[in-house]
Amino acid sequence: MTTTTPATTHVRPNYIRIWLYLFVMTVAEVLLAFELPVSQNLKLILLLILAIWKAMLVALFFMHLKFERWRLRLIFIVPIPLAIILVTTVIMEHVR
Amino acid sequence: MSHATHTVDVMRPPFPAEPGSGVYSNKLGMWVFLASDVMFFTALIGSYIILRFGVSGPWARPGAVLNVPLTGINTFLLICSSVSMVKAYAAIADGKKYFLRKVPGQTLQDGGLKFWLLVTIICGAAFVGVQVFEYIKLVGHGFTPAGYREGSLLAEHAVADPVKYGAGVAGLYGSTFFTMTGFHGFHVTCGVISMLYLYFTKVLPEKYSAQDYRGIEVIGLYWHFVDLVWIILFTIVYLI
Repeated sequence: MTTTTPATTHVRPNYIRIWLYLFVMTVAEVLLAFELPVSQNLKLILLLILAIWKAMLVALFFMHLKFERWRLRLIFIVPIPLAIILVTTVIMEHVR
Repeated sequence: MSHATHTVDVMRPPFPAEPGSGVYSNKLGMWVFLASDVMFFTALIGSYIILRFGVSGPWARPGAVLNVPLTGINTFLLICSSVSMVKAYAAIADGKKYFLRKVPGQTLQDGGLKFWLLVTIICGAAFVGVQVFEYIKLVGHGFTPAGYREGSLLAEHAVADPVKYGAGVAGLYGSTFFTMTGFHGFHVTCGVISMLYLYFTKVLPEKYSAQDYRGIEVIGLYWHFVDLVWIILFTIVYLI
């Protein structure tokens, strides 16, 4: 059984603005990694935050996840906690 | 026995959606594939993190071996290709099948599906080209999947400054670097080939319309995912 796809009702995001954010954050990452005098741990945390932020922008606005139903979002979100569990569990082997 | 033939216009709007997910099956299939690809890249990135965390010696410092400015430009190319892909999607959603068209009162011409998808293909192909160039240069300098080649320039540097070049774990560094970036490059190559196929079989013959542009949406999802993975890889492989 099939149903008809509902018409798109959301306002289209400003893609050029998202592109600009991505560009600025990429430049910020490179500067942070090589130019700015910050501690190694802070650098690591900031770089990871920037990378996750950029990835979120792509997923939410370019892949339109922000405008999709939750049941579709779940397909993409479900593997992520599994991935975190996998990596954390194996890293614990080294910690012990 | 007669073989009745009738034409089924698969591109006829509106396209059907699955009742559970609320999206058409091609798109649902792509999302399921992308979810499996998340696990695939997790296996690679996770292994990298675990190996890097677990080794006793220091890892090569960022920028010591890899050409970060060149890869930064490559990252910019991929981000540009992602925005051109979404512009292609928006263009066909508005029914703009053309290449470029003049708009009264505007200096810049308005880009249609044919223009934006071509820009995406060019940027994607350029990314692969730059990556191949990077590999050739790295191998030339002595950085191979097995580590620093004996007698090479990098091997000499590693002897002179073993901490900066992570001499003790060069084999792990080489194998993880080439595996992760290689598989990503393979994904980009597959995307470029798929887009080229769509461009010549569907886009140029104007088979997509504002009512049905499934192929563009589905390949767009794949392409943005490839960009998303690179954003993570660029940070953890080149900058950290």
